[in-house]
Amino acid sequence: MTNPVIFWLIALVVIVSGLMVVLLKNIVHSALFLVVTFVGVSATYVLLQADFLAAVQILVYAGAVSILLVFGVMLTVRGDIKSSNLFNRHKLSGGVVALALFLIVERIILKTEWVLSKNPAPESTVGPIAEAMLTKFVIPFEVAAILLLVAMVGAILLAKGEGKPQ
Amino acid sequence: MLQNYAGVGVFFLIAAIFPLILLATAWLVRPKRPSPEKLSTYECGLETQGPTWVQFKISYFLYALIFVIFDVETVFLYPWAVKFQALTLFAFVEMIIFIGILVIGLWYAWKEGALEWL
Repeated sequence: MTNPVIFWLIALVVIVSGLMVVLLKNIVHSALFLVVTFVGVSATYVLLQADFLAAVQILVYAGAVSILLVFGVMLTVRGDIKSSNLFNRHKLSGGVVALALFLIVERIILKTEWVLSKNPAPESTVGPIAEAMLTKFVIPFEVAAILLLVAMVGAILLAKGEGKPQ
Repeated sequence: MLQNYAGVGVFFLIAAIFPLILLATAWLVRPKRPSPEKLSTYECGLETQGPTWVQFKISYFLYALIFVIFDVETVFLYPWAVKFQALTLFAFVEMIIFIGILVIGLWYAWKEGALEWL
């Protein structure tokens, strides 16, 4: 069992950086704090002994998704970037909705009976994934490739536009 | 297993603290005689031009998109590479098909000029 201090430190990092994403006024700084949140979440995966998932979290979310976000922001934002992530006039209704969502999720979490596994954590998390992926789940694996292909072609089509410009 | 990650944690700590020490030392040691020229933004020694935040070209976004796709591909490649010696020829052929499908995407991106630097 790990020291709960480590968990609370990681939780603090995740929560504070998550708040920064919402509260900072410059949306690019928000995106950078989103990277910190992703890294913190991957640290919790390590605490749960899911180290492959942690690596994927850093590789895909902290590495790629955040870059995509920053590029998307830089492409679309016009005007002053220092005030690109402001609050609007719906502070009260937003707060009510957030509180309601929090209460619902909190009720569900407290009502659920969490079944804890008695088995020890697997030694290697990558090996079983590789074996399952390449022997039992062959078709989903290849479908994933086609999905990625479709995503790439679709993105290029959307960005470039169909056909050559006149 | 968690003990193996203590080293990573130490790395993170050093990476966070070391720049702070550097900046603090520089702040302590340096002479402080500011002038408007010294306080202006540094841009390769030239006078700065225009605003800091400019709109990027769409072609950079295409690079990012293709990067994300191949980043996700590495997630699939990694378990395969770790277990390569234990897996059969069948798994090898599967991965070749997988990569082949994605190379079609790369070829399409190339054909559409998404990789051209503007």
